[in-house]
Amino acid sequence: MKTNENKPAVSLDKETVSADTRESVSFGTRDKDFTKEPLCLSGRGVTRVFQTGKVTTVAVDHVDFDFHKGELISIVGESGSGKTTLSKMLLGLLEPTDGEIMFQGKPRDISTGAKKREYWKGIQAIFQDPFSSYNVFHKIDSVLLDCIDMRGGRNLPKEKKIEMMTEACGFVNLKFAELTNKYPFELSGGQMQRLMIARIFLLKPSILLADEPTSMIDACSRATILDMLLKLRDETGMTVIFITHDIGLAYYISDSVYIMEHGKFVESGKPDKVMLEPEAPYTKRLISDVPKIHEPWDLSTVDLLNYQS
Amino acid sequence: MKNMLRNVFHSPRFVVGFTIFMVMLLTVLIYPYFITRDPLLGIGKGFLEPGTYVSVYDTNNAGTYRVELPEANENRLESTIPVKDRQTMLDFLKAKGVDVSALDTSNEKFHELIEVWKENYDEADAKKNKYEGFSTQAKRNELRRLNNRLSEDTSAAMSVTKGEGDSATTTAVAGSDYVKVDEVANSINLPLGTDNFGRDTLTELVKATGILDDILMFIANIFTVIPGFVLLILIYSALGAESRGIVTCAVIIGITSWVWTARSVRSQVISLRNRDHVNLSKLSGHSLFRIVTTDILPYIASYVVMAFILQVSSGILAEAQLSMLGLGPNPNELPTLGLMMNWAKLFGAYTSSNAWWAYFPVILMIALISFSLNLMNTGLDQVFNPTLRD
Amino acid sequence: MAKKMLEVHELTTKYITRQGEDVYSVDHVSLDIEEGKSLGIAGESGCGKSTLALSLMGYYFPPLHYTSGEIIIDGKNISGMDPDVVRKTVLGSEVAYIPQAAMNALNPTRKVGKFIEDVIEAHELPMDKKQIREMAEQRFAKLGLPVEALDKYSVELSGGMRQRVVIAISTILSPKVLIADEPSSALDVTSQKMVIKMMKDMLANGMVKSMIFITHELPLLYNVTDDIMVMYAGQIVERGTAHEMVFDPIHPYSRGLMRSILVPEEGTRDVKLTAIPGTPPNLKHPPAGCRFADRCRYATPACKVQQPPLFDIGGGRTYRCSFSVDQLKEVYAHEDE
Repeated sequence: MKTNENKPAVSLDKETVSADTRESVSFGTRDKDFTKEPLCLSGRGVTRVFQTGKVTTVAVDHVDFDFHKGELISIVGESGSGKTTLSKMLLGLLEPTDGEIMFQGKPRDISTGAKKREYWKGIQAIFQDPFSSYNVFHKIDSVLLDCIDMRGGRNLPKEKKIEMMTEACGFVNLKFAELTNKYPFELSGGQMQRLMIARIFLLKPSILLADEPTSMIDACSRATILDMLLKLRDETGMTVIFITHDIGLAYYISDSVYIMEHGKFVESGKPDKVMLEPEAPYTKRLISDVPKIHEPWDLSTVDLLNYQS
Repeated sequence: MKNMLRNVFHSPRFVVGFTIFMVMLLTVLIYPYFITRDPLLGIGKGFLEPGTYVSVYDTNNAGTYRVELPEANENRLESTIPVKDRQTMLDFLKAKGVDVSALDTSNEKFHELIEVWKENYDEADAKKNKYEGFSTQAKRNELRRLNNRLSEDTSAAMSVTKGEGDSATTTAVAGSDYVKVDEVANSINLPLGTDNFGRDTLTELVKATGILDDILMFIANIFTVIPGFVLLILIYSALGAESRGIVTCAVIIGITSWVWTARSVRSQVISLRNRDHVNLSKLSGHSLFRIVTTDILPYIASYVVMAFILQVSSGILAEAQLSMLGLGPNPNELPTLGLMMNWAKLFGAYTSSNAWWAYFPVILMIALISFSLNLMNTGLDQVFNPTLRD
Repeated sequence: MAKKMLEVHELTTKYITRQGEDVYSVDHVSLDIEEGKSLGIAGESGCGKSTLALSLMGYYFPPLHYTSGEIIIDGKNISGMDPDVVRKTVLGSEVAYIPQAAMNALNPTRKVGKFIEDVIEAHELPMDKKQIREMAEQRFAKLGLPVEALDKYSVELSGGMRQRVVIAISTILSPKVLIADEPSSALDVTSQKMVIKMMKDMLANGMVKSMIFITHELPLLYNVTDDIMVMYAGQIVERGTAHEMVFDPIHPYSRGLMRSILVPEEGTRDVKLTAIPGTPPNLKHPPAGCRFADRCRYATPACKVQQPPLFDIGGGRTYRCSFSVDQLKEVYAHEDE
């Protein structure tokens, strides 16, 4: 029912507007120069080649990178650029076929199972699809309890464990009391992703790798997730490696950006430089293809007849 | 655990399938304790219809009780001259041209029928005139025997003589003398008759099903596949008749057919290996064993069980096929479902003697095993896939 | 005033759940679009925008049911029509609907040209194969699609190409209204650009007379559609031109949405990103008052009890709130200090 009257039905008192500062995303370390910090993960000539029958695919092609402690790094690339393969190698789930990965300046050694487990105490991940990150046969409590176990708290009394889990859920705006004994598919996508962050809160790794954590989340809830991740980073000094195809997102949150195309890093540096003054042709094209608000979106440069898959 | 059980029995389909299966299983397990007879023992001569068979000798030995059944006379008449025979009489009379419109095969008109018959039947006459439908020798013999029976006095005095010579004792048998079946030393209940060898079909059936179930339980990987069938036949015939035991048969069926299941389960596992929750498990430092049992197995459980069921059914069928071809396990050791089918076929159960009980229960049994297992698997949907639970 | 291609009056449609409950996912929605114009619909998941798109076709698949309201396409009222009549005369010829992930809907065992034949056949148009082929080729050429694509299987085409092909097939009969639900979300940025360019061209040269574009990505809407409409919990909360909506939103929810836009532009890094905490209400039991009151920073107790009306402040601008424009603008200015 439309009315043309604009007489206010309710009075609005400016003072009663709740000023909830938690709504805005934290900014803590915006302009810090991270290159002065100690090295966390770095790589020289890291390569991964896949061989299936007669077909050879070079997923990651001799990449070099330097990630510093406490930094938030974004790796930006479209699908097929090799960013997922690179992330698996960084996590230690996949071995590079060539090149070296260094952890804290020294060559990373994860040759045995025990060494791998030691490494994983310091690096954790959040994946893109919240639905497939959970084992549907287990209740969500088991996910959090697992984290407590990993940190050596297996023999803690039950009340203490519940306290820890409630605190972790509270950090991500979830109520543990409401979620306990539920199965993952009873939660919404946003809630599941936030629970993954709660898991990280419990584990407090020194490196977090987030692979497209918000691409399956609504734009409205996206900010909440980002807020939580940044807060974690500020509180614990965690290094965050953010993998995304969303350039605007990468521009906003990162301290440094790496642009990836067909397995290679074509450009890297501070976001202001890479996004606003791109040098590599791929980067230029990528930035111009993104719809913007203040700058015009030039549709005339499209090559419509190119259809090869 | 309790929750798990509740989920398992939640689906009505599962409960039905489970009930059928358990009933069969229990019968198979408990029956041998009651009937300890060797199933391969021939007790009848040729095919016997289902029914209860009571020894006449022992009936006469058992103590008698006096029972007055109101319908006793009728039953007696009925059994001496059953409806079938009365119809024959009517047909003969009609063929001879006698007016039979007032007659029928009922008990009330029985005496009338006999009267009319006695007036009109003469053996020589029947032979000479060759009435329609009764022209063959066999038919006329049948009529003659019928006539003789009619002449017997159904309530004639009967007595039984036991022993010979001087020590013979004679006891009169009255129409009202009955024996209690339980006291008769030898009686046998054959709900499914006997097969061609005279063996009790039911006992055989139980034994055959039971053994097959045993094999399924004990040998883990009995998977059968029809394409391996040719290989199977070749191996089997090469082995020779003596070594064809039931275990050998099962083992060979198993060896030639695990490939299909193994390959499909493997491809499922490979696709699961790269799922996020498995990766997260690895990152959480879980051991390989734990990842396999908690992150991979539950996801393929439904698939594996389904494969198992399909292969059990085809396993049974393959064995049956082999046996029917004569390549099955040694027939002198044990009966199997396939062997029973084989004998039925060989000895003309379905063609000449219409002894349906020799093969029909086998078919039903095979069908029921597959059906109940399938039903259980469908009903377990909610257990295998928790997202479907309400 | 230009001719109205689509007019919707108080449309209400509901889903009937397995337990027999009614969920009114589109609640008394009214909108209109003029010839040659496009309308973008934005909102979070579950707000009803996809359901609205489905409802506008006039063809209802259970559990979606039509309850009340009117849908008028170029003067023709299609609400309450018999489904068969709708299928033959409305779908494809008056309204074309492209659902999410439509590019996966192409049967991989048939060539692209065949689908066009199917569409013509389904509408019982008197054209033979040669004529259809000619028309298809002309169409493709005009849209900048390679003619060879007609002889290819869908798996031989890239994602962006497939999406464009689907759109071309759906609009082969030049419908009055094209409704596209997230046509480019599954594509990379470059393919997205191609799809958008094609759609804009189609609108410009009259192949479709009007367009509704649904997405949750606001920068895209800003660059594509003339007007933007924001939906929340089954209702329209604001509508205006694209520029007005992005730079000068009235409704608190729209304001929250616009302030969560992230673009790689100078100045983005300096602005604080705002999140809207909480979740939309359960439409099985919609709240008595304003549906956004729970999550609204400015909500007063009265808001939770009174249903706010949809105000029309002229120039096609509408918003649903109990406060006046001035009041809201004042508070916003106060915050931005």
